[in-house]
Amino acid sequence: MIDAGISFHVSEKGYYGDFGGAFIPEMLYPNVEELRLHYLEYMMEPSFQKEFHFLLKDFVGRPTPLFKAERLSAKYNTQIYLKREDLCHTGAHKVNNTIGQILMAKRLGKHKIVAETGAGQHGVATATVCALMGMECIIYMGAIDIDRQAPNVARMKMLGASVVAAQSGSKTLKDATNEAMRHWINHPVDTHYIIGSVVGPHPYPDMVAKFQSVISEEIKWQLQEKEGRDYPDYILACVGGGSNAAGAFYHYLDEPRTALIAAEAAGQGISTGHSAATTFLGKPGVLHGSKSLLMQTEDGQVIEPYSISAGLDYPGIGPLHAHLATSGRAKFFDITDDEALDAALECSMLEGIIPALETAHALAVFGKLGAKPDEISVVNLSGRGDKDLATYQEKLKLNQ
Amino acid sequence: MNRISTLFKSTQEPILNIYATAGYPNFGDTMLVLNALQEGGVDIIEIGMPYSDPVADGETIQQSNQVSLDQGMTVTHLFDQLKNMRQSISVPVLLMGYINPVLQFGVERFCQKCQEVGVDGLILPDLPLAEYQLSYQSIFEQYGLLNIFLITPQTSDERIKQIDAVSEGFIYMVSSASTTGAKTGISSDQEAYFKRIDNMNLKNPRLVGFGISDRESFIKASNGASGAIIGSAFVKLLGNAKNLREEIVGFVKSIKGLK
Repeated sequence: MIDAGISFHVSEKGYYGDFGGAFIPEMLYPNVEELRLHYLEYMMEPSFQKEFHFLLKDFVGRPTPLFKAERLSAKYNTQIYLKREDLCHTGAHKVNNTIGQILMAKRLGKHKIVAETGAGQHGVATATVCALMGMECIIYMGAIDIDRQAPNVARMKMLGASVVAAQSGSKTLKDATNEAMRHWINHPVDTHYIIGSVVGPHPYPDMVAKFQSVISEEIKWQLQEKEGRDYPDYILACVGGGSNAAGAFYHYLDEPRTALIAAEAAGQGISTGHSAATTFLGKPGVLHGSKSLLMQTEDGQVIEPYSISAGLDYPGIGPLHAHLATSGRAKFFDITDDEALDAALECSMLEGIIPALETAHALAVFGKLGAKPDEISVVNLSGRGDKDLATYQEKLKLNQ
Repeated sequence: MNRISTLFKSTQEPILNIYATAGYPNFGDTMLVLNALQEGGVDIIEIGMPYSDPVADGETIQQSNQVSLDQGMTVTHLFDQLKNMRQSISVPVLLMGYINPVLQFGVERFCQKCQEVGVDGLILPDLPLAEYQLSYQSIFEQYGLLNIFLITPQTSDERIKQIDAVSEGFIYMVSSASTTGAKTGISSDQEAYFKRIDNMNLKNPRLVGFGISDRESFIKASNGASGAIIGSAFVKLLGNAKNLREEIVGFVKSIKGLK
């Protein structure tokens, strides 16, 4: 399963195999270079580690439980655990990264924060840590996403953030990211850009993966306690940019006994032209500062993706995941809107947990995985479904 | 010698470089715009290859990119439009754009096409020095293409020296930390920055870009450099022009101070 000699960790030049790098305009070079030179050193400082872990424990509520989903296990005749990132403060794994990055911003001497958001989870997690640290916060969000994720817009505003609508292009996550980068270009001296996923120029993908790696760090000892071994046979996670998957996979990247399973949003289906399944539909290309797989036209123009889930509606994928996909280390499944909706309903009815639409894509993989009765799977339950209630009401006809 | 290096060696007057989005305002206008720019007396023409996600550009150039793409512009169409460019255009020509369309076209094939139609150099803002040296420099050089690098007020002296060492032709000196078209005019702080760079005795001349829109800002910028670049202000003119050729010629003459 793992070829000897293939590394799944970032190289000195910022690459995972053929993917990664730092394709940024010169205006951003000083900021990104400063981060590249210092991020590891700052993260390793005992005072940083102490503050990071204190906030993860007392503010975020970590460790999050590893819960044995008995009724789902019975249904699929296999052993299923849910890693409850939905129980993190703010309702998703996103806050693990924003806590880390706000501490990084302080050490870099920055006092203003800019961020992009798709579903609004990263925006809320960023606005939350900015309120906690008393920093000014500007969130760019696609105009269409502002409409379909109204509760999260209200939460960001209540937390004191300015929410700016991205009006260019498809008016979703890709365009919010463009606008956040432009904002950073215009304010390079006092502002830190908190990227919400394992995308962007090196060292962002590695830094975000390291902050999120607390997820698999906990899975290891929790599984040891419950099963007497610290690795599962499968780890499952949904992938848009890929931050929750990177965190769940991180400590198992070099563990040959664990299969890494990624669920991408197929939208209406990968051959319908309404999809966001990048590893199925993308080719190597450069977007938002790194080389990765990218949904694009023959002429190299970026294609507007589609998914029912605003958090997976992104035409690219983190360079680590592009490497995991092309090297065969991770297996990718394409999950349609309808399959995700069914899985969300099933998890709610069988386990009493309403998952986020993004997470539901990972749960839907059980119908296709073929896991054996004694095999152990851990699904990263990356977020809770409160923000998606309007979609669930409409699509699952809950008002009738 | 490359047309660009020849120009800088032979000209004492401030050099004017103007940016125009390809296939804008109409798909078939590219050569008309180039000819009118040259007729007005421009020194260098920078042709923008439209891209769906131009992160270093402000609203004006973004919109012109989108209009051009919606009208069907592609890299292939652009080379087709420029096929006979050198029959009428004698000034240096640069292509400006983002790296992804170049990658999809094929880097070597792209450079070969540039050489074929008579393009002198490239400005690719999301291709930084390290990536250029790692994978692109040898191909660009093989086809005689200059790669123009940017520096900004935040660029360290050490990095400016590195960029100067790798550069040929000129260095694109961004006047302030911003996307294109975000600010207009030149402040005394910016003039001090131009002077600071001037005093570094670099081997390459500099052109100032970002915030240059009229004769006054052109002259101010040229005091601390060999000349300046106008982008957004010209693209605005293209978007609003009623008589394209006449207005382009008039604009260039007004910047150059010609009658």
